[in-house]
Amino acid sequence: MSSPEGTVTDALVSPRPGDPDITPAVVADHGLSPEEYERIQSVMGRDPTFTELGVFSAMWSEHCGYKNSKRLLRLLPTEAPWVIQGPGENAGVIDVGDGYALAFKIESHNHPSAVEPYQGAATGVGGILRDIFTMGARPVAVLDSLRFGDLDSGRVRYLFGGVVKGIGDYGNCVGIPNIGGEVAFDRGYDGNPIVNAMCLGLMKQDELITASASGVGNTLMAVGARTGRDGIHGATFASEELSEDSDEASRPRVQVGDPFTEKLLLEASLELIASGAITGIQDMGAAGITSSASEMAGRAGNGVELEMASVPVREKGMTPYEILLSESQERMLVVAEKGRENDVRRILEKWELEAAEIGVVTDDGRFRVLENGVVVADIPALPLTQGCPTYEREGVESEEIQRLRATDLSEHLIPEGDLTKSLLLLLGSPNVASKRWIYHQYDTTVRTSTAVRPGGDAGVIRIRGTTRAVAATTDCNGRYVYLEPRTGAKIAVAEAARNLACVGAVPTAVTNNLNFGSPLKPHIYYQLREAVLGLAEACEVFETPVTGGNVSLYNETDGRAIYPTPVIGMVGVIDDVTKLTPHAFSGVGDDIVLLGNNTEELGGSEYLYVTADLVAGTPPAIDLESERALQQAVLSMSGARLLRSAHDCSEGGLACALAEAVLGDGEAPVGARVQLGDELRPVGTLFGEAQGRLVVSCAPEATEEVLRTARRHDVPARKIGTVRAADDGFDVELPGARISASLADLASAYFDAIPAIMDAPPRES
Amino acid sequence: MRAAVVTFPGSNGDYDLYKAAQHVGADVSFVWHRERDLDGFDVVLLPGGFSYGDYLRAGAIARLSRIMEAVVAFAKAGGPVLGICNGFQTLCEAGLLPGALVRNESLLFQGRDVLLRVDRTDTLFTHDYDEGQLLRIPIAHGDGNYEADRATLERLEAEGLVVFRYVDAAGETTDEANPNGSWHNIAGIINEAGNVMGMMPHPERAMEALLGSTDGVALFTSLASSFAAAGPAVREAT
Repeated sequence: MSSPEGTVTDALVSPRPGDPDITPAVVADHGLSPEEYERIQSVMGRDPTFTELGVFSAMWSEHCGYKNSKRLLRLLPTEAPWVIQGPGENAGVIDVGDGYALAFKIESHNHPSAVEPYQGAATGVGGILRDIFTMGARPVAVLDSLRFGDLDSGRVRYLFGGVVKGIGDYGNCVGIPNIGGEVAFDRGYDGNPIVNAMCLGLMKQDELITASASGVGNTLMAVGARTGRDGIHGATFASEELSEDSDEASRPRVQVGDPFTEKLLLEASLELIASGAITGIQDMGAAGITSSASEMAGRAGNGVELEMASVPVREKGMTPYEILLSESQERMLVVAEKGRENDVRRILEKWELEAAEIGVVTDDGRFRVLENGVVVADIPALPLTQGCPTYEREGVESEEIQRLRATDLSEHLIPEGDLTKSLLLLLGSPNVASKRWIYHQYDTTVRTSTAVRPGGDAGVIRIRGTTRAVAATTDCNGRYVYLEPRTGAKIAVAEAARNLACVGAVPTAVTNNLNFGSPLKPHIYYQLREAVLGLAEACEVFETPVTGGNVSLYNETDGRAIYPTPVIGMVGVIDDVTKLTPHAFSGVGDDIVLLGNNTEELGGSEYLYVTADLVAGTPPAIDLESERALQQAVLSMSGARLLRSAHDCSEGGLACALAEAVLGDGEAPVGARVQLGDELRPVGTLFGEAQGRLVVSCAPEATEEVLRTARRHDVPARKIGTVRAADDGFDVELPGARISASLADLASAYFDAIPAIMDAPPRES
Repeated sequence: MRAAVVTFPGSNGDYDLYKAAQHVGADVSFVWHRERDLDGFDVVLLPGGFSYGDYLRAGAIARLSRIMEAVVAFAKAGGPVLGICNGFQTLCEAGLLPGALVRNESLLFQGRDVLLRVDRTDTLFTHDYDEGQLLRIPIAHGDGNYEADRATLERLEAEGLVVFRYVDAAGETTDEANPNGSWHNIAGIINEAGNVMGMMPHPERAMEALLGSTDGVALFTSLASSFAAAGPAVREAT
């Protein structure tokens, strides 16, 4: 009917009265380069109208168009026999057995959270929930991966408190348990918090639905909340650097969430999908109606025609430009089978929500927008959704980081006084300390399926009616990635897989959130490319394909970028939920076994940050094959029910891992006596962050079999101590050094740290 | 036992309550907030969640819903009504229980396990517990701080209408064991007639060892065994 570039209908499109002229400044304000504008002119075969420019600006933003990351993302492995849906949909989907499928995805809300932490974080949760239930899956768990500056600043406490409350209030109200996540505090995130939310949803495999506008003549319906003026150009905003005045000026670009409406929308959407009255459904997320309608058309190879006057709006006088780009929350676009519009309306009415017919699916491949019958935008859908220019940029490592990496750390291997004091200092560092203050603000038990709550190595949700469960974790140490991006990224994947293996889950698939600075800077692009290469290599070795994710670039304030932070959200499958392994010691008299080898590596460690205020050195070495062997060894131990506990060694090293295992969640602490014979300097053994290590415990009669299993997998293993009663305290002896503390001292350092900081007056504001 | 679980828009504990009642062999149905009657039910259960978004005040709009007229009539006729969390708030708003649940003293939502002491074991809801028994039960609320006027509070204590209190491991009602600032560590109360009980903690989330506790089971078996005709043995949860 029409050629992709320039059609007969073009002649009918004319600027609306009052539209600004399109000048180079207007183009620049829309985040488009002069070359990108030329590309738009060539796609259109004419100058775009102001409305059309707005549409392109959203779809060709970094957030929607992935222009600086797309080519790199192609390097990631995305396939495996158990992958049902890979990248490109609202969420990835994998087969988890017994006819069930798991939809999961992670997404960022960094920029909004930097200027309005409560709403920014809340709407981040809302968006990721919608990505899951629009696949036909019921959300069963959320996780949150957070980064802030140092917690002694009043501003950071305000951001931290607001973000946690925003995540809690939203998820608690909708009734989705929070099962884990992570938080880190480091000056590398001053001014630019990272707020990533991950959601898991379960469905029967035949309930899967996709976001595509199939069936020419079918009806497009706007469902849920009305469209207002909030969040206009949020997608473009998310693709800019922040500056000092971002705060005030950008608040109107942050959306406002309503979890009550979300809960109704969730139930209504699942009912809609089950009714068979719709062929496709998508969240009106970033770039609102524009992205949902054009992406659904693009995926089906069809076109859409939308009438702006039919869109339910919150206020009078909204222009098509505003309606198209609004990011008002809790809205969906559904494609109803022709003739079943009333079925859709009936379901929505039951849930006290609106559904309005706003357009039709066409066969001409156009994204056409009308206002009272007058065409105000007419764009070929495919170039709009797929034609965003992509860039491969020059990447060069910063010399400053090369110098940091070369720092000689040997003086730090000499203890700063008493090692017990160092341990207490580390346990009291917000990066190591218990995160109870956070997750006690979350509902972790609603839906009665949470088998492992936050605080363990990974969260676990059982699948009702089966013996199965799914586990999930988020991980990334930004310091490692900053110091050596490829190594750091590999470690992020390895730590996630270790965490899953510790609870007894087979690492299965990955969603990732690439949080970086501006890719236009060669040293940032270098970090991005190296990190993606590291992810690709690790995911390949662990057979954990990447099924989707999110890219958040331009995380910079006044020109200073965050640590590169490729957060890994990994899911795993447990076939027998009775084989779950907790992270804490429990049996007095049990043997403590260390899997893996200690080293003296201090680079990028929490010990250096806490004792010397230093982020320097080479991050710990990582060997992916031995990591894989370690995962398999511990899975084979828990599979044979040999273990009483398994816990990963990460930030704070072996000493902190042991302390965490004796403290558990604080309800039933035990003691431990550990002897380490390593011919290493004690600081390295205790606080170094060598990779590939786990601390497990087992009944003494199982120890021989545990050691044998480790040998079979070529994993170094040795008994290092015994679990004792809490009253016997915590003792770690090594050649020429010793840690000795009461459980009360450990507990107060570990559990009281974050509450005490949040209650104390700020050092500065 | 034929049990009705009332679902308001924004309820999110309805499913858990349904499963818990089913766990003890009840014949359970969801009843939508627009329904008018509860004929044929032995027990009415009001779930947790955020009915109508908890806008205005927790439970304040729910009590105006059509189904609540039926719940009030059911209770006035002596029918057993249990309200958990948001359900407790709604019972207070509806005047079926005295007092109110206000914002937690810490101003923070509290989601974790607490220890409860059972102070009344002669009720329809608690006769399968032992006097003074300690229960590990999850809480998840932002508005769980029980308050009432002085006279009401004194009457609650004088008449023994407090069923559950937040306690420490020694069974003492300490401030540290009180997660929300409730007066006298009150976690659950019952009306004088003994047929309407409200509690902030979630016994329906303490039904399986896999999920951390089975201490909620006896509450549901207490109720179910009061209706022997429809109260078969405890079934395995699926």
